[in-house]
Amino acid sequence: MGSIFTAAPPQSGPGYSFKQTPTTVPEGTRQHGFYPYTDNGGSTLGITGADFAILAGDTRSTSGYNINTRFAPKLFKVGGADSRIVLSVVGFAADGLALKERLDTIVKMYRYQHGKPMSVAACAQRLSHILYQKRFFPYYVTAILGGLDEEGKGALYSYDPVGSYEREQCRAAGAAASLIMPFLDNQVNYKNQYVLGSGEGHALQARERELLPRKDVEELVQDAFSSAVERHIEVGDGLQMFIITKDGIEEIYKPLKLD
Amino acid sequence: MPGFDFSNYNRNAALHAQGVPLPKATSTGTTIVGCIYDGGVVIAADTRATSGPIVADKNCEKLHYITPNIWCAGAGTAADTEFTTALISSNLELHALSTGRKPRVVTCMTMLKQHLFRYQGHIGAYLVVAGVDPTGYHLFTVHAHGSTDKLPYVTMGSGSLAAMSVFETQWTKKLTKDDAVKLCSDAIQAGIFNDLGSGSNVDVCVITDEKTTLMRNYITPNVREQKQRNYRFKRGTTAVLNEKIITREEISKYVTVHELDDPSVSAAAEKMDVDS
Amino acid sequence: MNHLPQAWGRPRDDVYGPYNNSYLQTSGPSQHTQSPIVTGTSVLAIKFKDGVVIAADNLASYGSLARFTDVKRLLRFNSRAVIGFGGDVSDMQYLTRLLSSLEINENYSVTSSTELAANNLHTYLHKVMYKRRSDFNPLWNQILIAGLDVADNPYLASVDLLGTTFSSPTLATGFGAHLAVPIMRRVCPDEEAAKELTQEQAVETVRECMKVLFYRDARSLDKYSIAVVTKEGVDLKHGEKLEKQSWAFAEGIRGYGTQVN
Repeated sequence: MGSIFTAAPPQSGPGYSFKQTPTTVPEGTRQHGFYPYTDNGGSTLGITGADFAILAGDTRSTSGYNINTRFAPKLFKVGGADSRIVLSVVGFAADGLALKERLDTIVKMYRYQHGKPMSVAACAQRLSHILYQKRFFPYYVTAILGGLDEEGKGALYSYDPVGSYEREQCRAAGAAASLIMPFLDNQVNYKNQYVLGSGEGHALQARERELLPRKDVEELVQDAFSSAVERHIEVGDGLQMFIITKDGIEEIYKPLKLD
Repeated sequence: MPGFDFSNYNRNAALHAQGVPLPKATSTGTTIVGCIYDGGVVIAADTRATSGPIVADKNCEKLHYITPNIWCAGAGTAADTEFTTALISSNLELHALSTGRKPRVVTCMTMLKQHLFRYQGHIGAYLVVAGVDPTGYHLFTVHAHGSTDKLPYVTMGSGSLAAMSVFETQWTKKLTKDDAVKLCSDAIQAGIFNDLGSGSNVDVCVITDEKTTLMRNYITPNVREQKQRNYRFKRGTTAVLNEKIITREEISKYVTVHELDDPSVSAAAEKMDVDS
Repeated sequence: MNHLPQAWGRPRDDVYGPYNNSYLQTSGPSQHTQSPIVTGTSVLAIKFKDGVVIAADNLASYGSLARFTDVKRLLRFNSRAVIGFGGDVSDMQYLTRLLSSLEINENYSVTSSTELAANNLHTYLHKVMYKRRSDFNPLWNQILIAGLDVADNPYLASVDLLGTTFSSPTLATGFGAHLAVPIMRRVCPDEEAAKELTQEQAVETVRECMKVLFYRDARSLDKYSIAVVTKEGVDLKHGEKLEKQSWAFAEGIRGYGTQVN
């Protein structure tokens, strides 16, 4: 009877049948620590062109081997209706949402106080500061911020969870980042591609990189995700794309595989 | 020396204590099911093999041959399910030759559980054993620690609860062969779509008194999407750093070279999947 | 009396003996609830064309002991929202009190002319839960919020002890996420399907799921609460019994292996 009253109730629901069960009793007083993070899976990516930026993310939310929902967006418009800034967050969804709400409020407040929309560069730096503010209890997310810069060119900023950031042409983040990023390096920045007959051995001329047209980028994004779905269990269900141009933010939704 | 080789045990234990991680085994994070009907038994499995969150094999076979009338569905560590079923299959063949009788499903189940119990769960094989023998049709589950179960419908693997939800709502006592196949494939599909450890296609195996029918890729609900773009590179895109040509004369110093004149004989075992 | 606040108003040691100070905080780090004690299991809910059905059984477990068998884990917040609680029961009761004070404030408030919608309630609970997890003092619950949103459309969403939120036409917590969701997704795979689903179909599906959970969840009960939220209001029934259980499979079973009789 004693064991019934001292033992903590079962914690994590049913374990997987193939999980290695512990063979020894843990030593000392048993204490269950509260871990304030979880990983909700999924992947995001962003690519810029001459006059547009595309951000994309799958819409699956996972916990363990379960699908929470098949439609949980990872892309958020930031700063109200006339804004041209999109934030994508992947990692711990609750932190992602909290981060998005804070940035959204800040960009809106800037609009009201200064009477003009916040520039992407300013917004990007502000986001970095928000992340670094929580250096010792971080927002457990990888963020990508997209928009148009002051010259109307596509702008993309990628972050680590504690605020280090950089402007880039393309970036993949989240669960399948390691699957998508090499593909992007090769297909967007033409890494490892050389001009035919331009030299011998190492003296080859690398293929000149160019800004891709919007149609090509959309196709690359879809192919990147349809491939990630094949090989990563946490990616799937739906693909949401935001295309930011001077005329506004266009949304495209495409179904992905459900398994 | 028969059995496992433990000669690296101490070295590996010391390395592990220093923080070197254990090698990651391919696990068939799986949905496998089985169901008895009037006249036979059906087992089914999905075809996804994973290594952590990465899909290692999109179309692996989890239905293992034991004898013509006994088949196994395996979940857990891929290597363990494969080797354990192969070992028991061998021993059962020898047993059948020595007794001159058709092997029984209980014999297979007992050999499996005794083998697995001896290794105290370290052989991570979780199996659904099904078959027909002179005593009737049988369906068992065997856990890695050696415990067994005998039930009219069973599920195992990470998708076992999703699959069981189908059985608990649809199963009835009187089932035809088609009912049982439908029920099992629906249960596997519940696993495929609701459990991340399971995916791709449905394999089904029906065992009756007369014959065994293995229906590989019975349902394929997850065909790969057509790519939008063409990813064939222009010839010369990849840098050639150096080049060495080995002639047939040179190579025949080391190996025997045969010409394949007959066009019906293909040198490649399986045709590679290439984008056109 | 001395200058130490913890001695103020206490009986004098020389008269009554030393006071037991064990209730005081240690000098170490502040301690919070680190695990649930008395717990409720699954909550399930499904959207249909006019509203949402939500159900939870009436059991509160103490570890493996079935401690209380008459616990109401569904809370009617107002005429357009019902909340279902999984996880720690004491934290559920705290949240119930918090929500009742919120409702009283809402009713007395001059600015709000209409009732709080389910999506507003979900935002509120999300903020509470996320704040508590960020303070390392979580409320150990998984919560489903079922009802109608501001536009009177069916609304169903979840929030858990980490502050994670998501919404789906079918949702379940605890064991239900493994056993009931596959069943519910068969009848209602997406929002389009939810718009076609009738109330009868939705209620039937949820009752079927409660049955499967009773078969397979060792911490469940055959007595449950079920609520239907539509524009007509909340129809909440407590103490429903599971009907038409089938244990037919059990007849033929003999042993676990080689046993025949």
